[in-house]
Amino acid sequence: MLELSLNWYLSLSALLFVIGMIGVLTRKNAILVFMSVELMLNSVNLTLVAFSSHLGDVNGQILVFFALCVAAAEAVVGLAIIIAIFRNNLNIDLSKINLLKW
Amino acid sequence: MVSYLFILFATIAIASAIVMITHKNPVYSALFLVLNMASLGGLYLLLEAQFLAVIQILVYAGAIMVLFLFVIMLLNQESADDVFKGISIKYIMSVLLGIVVFAQLFYAIASVTNTLPVVSENMSAVGSVENIGDVMFTDYLLPFEVTGILLTAAVVGALIIAQRKIKLKEN
Repeated sequence: MLELSLNWYLSLSALLFVIGMIGVLTRKNAILVFMSVELMLNSVNLTLVAFSSHLGDVNGQILVFFALCVAAAEAVVGLAIIIAIFRNNLNIDLSKINLLKW
Repeated sequence: MVSYLFILFATIAIASAIVMITHKNPVYSALFLVLNMASLGGLYLLLEAQFLAVIQILVYAGAIMVLFLFVIMLLNQESADDVFKGISIKYIMSVLLGIVVFAQLFYAIASVTNTLPVVSENMSAVGSVENIGDVMFTDYLLPFEVTGILLTAAVVGALIIAQRKIKLKEN
């Protein structure tokens, strides 16, 4: 029986963050890059909640709530941009979007 | 008991995250991300943050991921060239970079391991709806209202960006 301490939550959060980062770096589909960014946001939220619970301080969980609202707004605007790019380009492959390339 | 639940949820979260970034079909990726967020909600419950656990399931796994699924099915993209094909320099470099970042984070966590706080005794009282609502509508009332404005602006902006034709005013 292992002792469950804050270290475990922080390590899990670091691992999820790194997995999301590898997803952002390797995938070319714009929607998958977005979902990897959401994964990274979630892992940081886990860190905040773990610290908040272990310190007995409610402010961390309030910050997670606000981060969640910002993530929702970001997802809405980002997906709208993806739809707009798809209309102009018929492609959401990030390596083929070169409209702003000089 | 709590440790075993932690191991269960952590395993589900890591496995679904890995499957998410490697699966070739975006719909399955989105569904595995839903599983990942649900297991994170379970971890929030283990941390006695009941309000955030419910919000995580409702907002993330419910609302945001449904939006993602709608967009995936709207675009109907067959991204055949986005599948993992052999070892290329890009994959090696990104995995190497990931290992470096993880080693850095892990070293940082391990170096402060003795100074980390142990579980506080009022842990169960912190994450309740009553406590969070109390703080949010007194100390954080102004940021809460600003969040409402932000969400409204995001919805209006998304409507304008995703419009079929943007009519520019002629001079």
